[in-house]
Amino acid sequence: MVRVVAPAQPRKLVKVPFVELADGRLQGVVSSGSDAARVYVSSITASTHAYHCSTNNNRPCGGLRGAPCKHLETLANEAVLQYGFDRVARYLRVEPDVAVNTGAALLHSLDARHEPSSAAVVFSRFLRHLSYLEVPGSTTSLPELHWFPSTRTAR
Amino acid sequence: MHGTQIAALTAGHPAGLTDAFHLVAGVDAALTRGLARVGDEDAAALAGLAGAVATTPLANLVAEAVDKIIAGSGAQEYVAALAGARSAVLGAVHDALLGQLDVALGRSRTPWVPIPAAVPGEVSPALAAARAWLSEVAVAGWRGVDHELVAGAGSVVEAALAVPELRRLAVLLDGLAAELRACVPVAMMSQVPQRRWADLWSRGVLLAQDTAAGDAALSVTERVSGRLLPLAVDVHEHDTAVQFQVHALLEPADGGSTRLVRTAVGAAKVDSIVGPALWRLLPAQPVLLAALAQRRGVLVADVPIRGADMPWRDDRARLDEPVDPFAAARVLLPDALAAAPHPVDRHPAGIAEPVLLEGYAVSGQEGRLTVELDGHRLAVTVDRLPSCGPLTPELVAASSACLGLLRWDAGRWLLQPMAVQATVKRKIVAVHTGDWACGVTDAKVAKAEAKAGDAVTVLRERAGRLLRR
Repeated sequence: MVRVVAPAQPRKLVKVPFVELADGRLQGVVSSGSDAARVYVSSITASTHAYHCSTNNNRPCGGLRGAPCKHLETLANEAVLQYGFDRVARYLRVEPDVAVNTGAALLHSLDARHEPSSAAVVFSRFLRHLSYLEVPGSTTSLPELHWFPSTRTAR
Repeated sequence: MHGTQIAALTAGHPAGLTDAFHLVAGVDAALTRGLARVGDEDAAALAGLAGAVATTPLANLVAEAVDKIIAGSGAQEYVAALAGARSAVLGAVHDALLGQLDVALGRSRTPWVPIPAAVPGEVSPALAAARAWLSEVAVAGWRGVDHELVAGAGSVVEAALAVPELRRLAVLLDGLAAELRACVPVAMMSQVPQRRWADLWSRGVLLAQDTAAGDAALSVTERVSGRLLPLAVDVHEHDTAVQFQVHALLEPADGGSTRLVRTAVGAAKVDSIVGPALWRLLPAQPVLLAALAQRRGVLVADVPIRGADMPWRDDRARLDEPVDPFAAARVLLPDALAAAPHPVDRHPAGIAEPVLLEGYAVSGQEGRLTVELDGHRLAVTVDRLPSCGPLTPELVAASSACLGLLRWDAGRWLLQPMAVQATVKRKIVAVHTGDWACGVTDAKVAKAEAKAGDAVTVLRERAGRLLRR
């Protein structure tokens, strides 16, 4: 009856409200430090290690100067907090050196290259993610959830 | 629960149990390889399933479906008949196990009172989409599940989630799809969790039939008033859903016998909301939360009930006097009247029967705990201790009394603790899974939570700013 996927580890969501390993990418959304209405959409593709960062309106991030920007670094760090280092490395198909132990270090250890991609796909997944919080609660039993026990995360 | 009751429960398996699981395992292997590739072995397993239901009303339907599937058809109606037959076999296993439990505990149980099946209403596009996806998955087999097939679940879940009557189906499919997503390409997995996925798949197919939704709406016929004495809360969650199921004793106002009931409240969530923050997703149920946190009784007035399930109505509930759940269970649980579940819900994984054990010794080997009472042993599962409460494996190991659920998993009976009385620093303390329902009461944990910040508030702020533009 054990869950097939380990539950996510708790982490602060202020800087990176959304990170996921999906669609063959480590991808997510990083809140802008200066403008509460702006977010950066950052992603790195597992198969090619192509990365990109832009605002949700597709304006390229100014921090991309031949290397991953601080948004991508933050995203990678938070991914490691949420999923654990090994799962992130496995998803990105790398076997890092033992000295590499943070998400940002993992990112810089890759032979990564910049390749613009549309923010729309990731951003719409983020909106879909947020929309779960708008789904009304239920007061009738959902018997199928007996297959999904809550379980303690390692503290 | 006495030692002799443990002995009666664990003395042996009901007749036919091994054969039934052997049958199911054959079907599960076929579903793993996919219905598009039914070999001789799988054909024999499917024929065996048809044989098992040959004396039931499903006989002709399943026999025809199995013939067509072996001949290469993956039509939805045949796939549904297969899921139905597999569910019927596991339903019978459920009945045998629950019967064994009732005999061992001396528990009385009222049978399910059938009501006429709902007339299917309008054709639901959400249900049709779910059936199509589930059939596609069965044809491909778990081994054939790829990124594209998993991605196809997205719109199916979204459509089902938008219809309140289809919440069960939506939550089930979302949980299954998330597991598949984390495992693709499944062909590369060394071991497929085939029993589990076939269980979820079969239930999904049943819930995706046109008659399934109407039944839930029509099924409430009885109403009760009385005093509710919460025993303990069982917490369920996956990435996008959480449910708090409270097991309780109901003393009916009209003086009838005490009933063993349960009520569940739940919320949609996201994967980054975990731990004690889960309770904050239930702002509309203050009475239930207070009853759990303060260990109080609740007076309910004219609330619907079906079998043992009471849909929760916070507006019809009022806090009553404090109640010690252990004392209530000691006095009232042995003679409380249980109820059989809805026929669709009959599955061994759904068995969760409240029991009280006292005066036992706990022994642990390699992280596996066992309680021993009068020389009789019962295994304890600590995998189901929730992340949102204070109950830990260490407290269970130090306990001498436990309110828990009897479950049946991996071929044996297990005790799932929901509350314990344990000796901590030479004092007896009572710790319940619901203790933090109104906020964390442990200073150290509260500090860590405060440091991490409020996930629910942060995400609601983001949603407020970004969703409505």
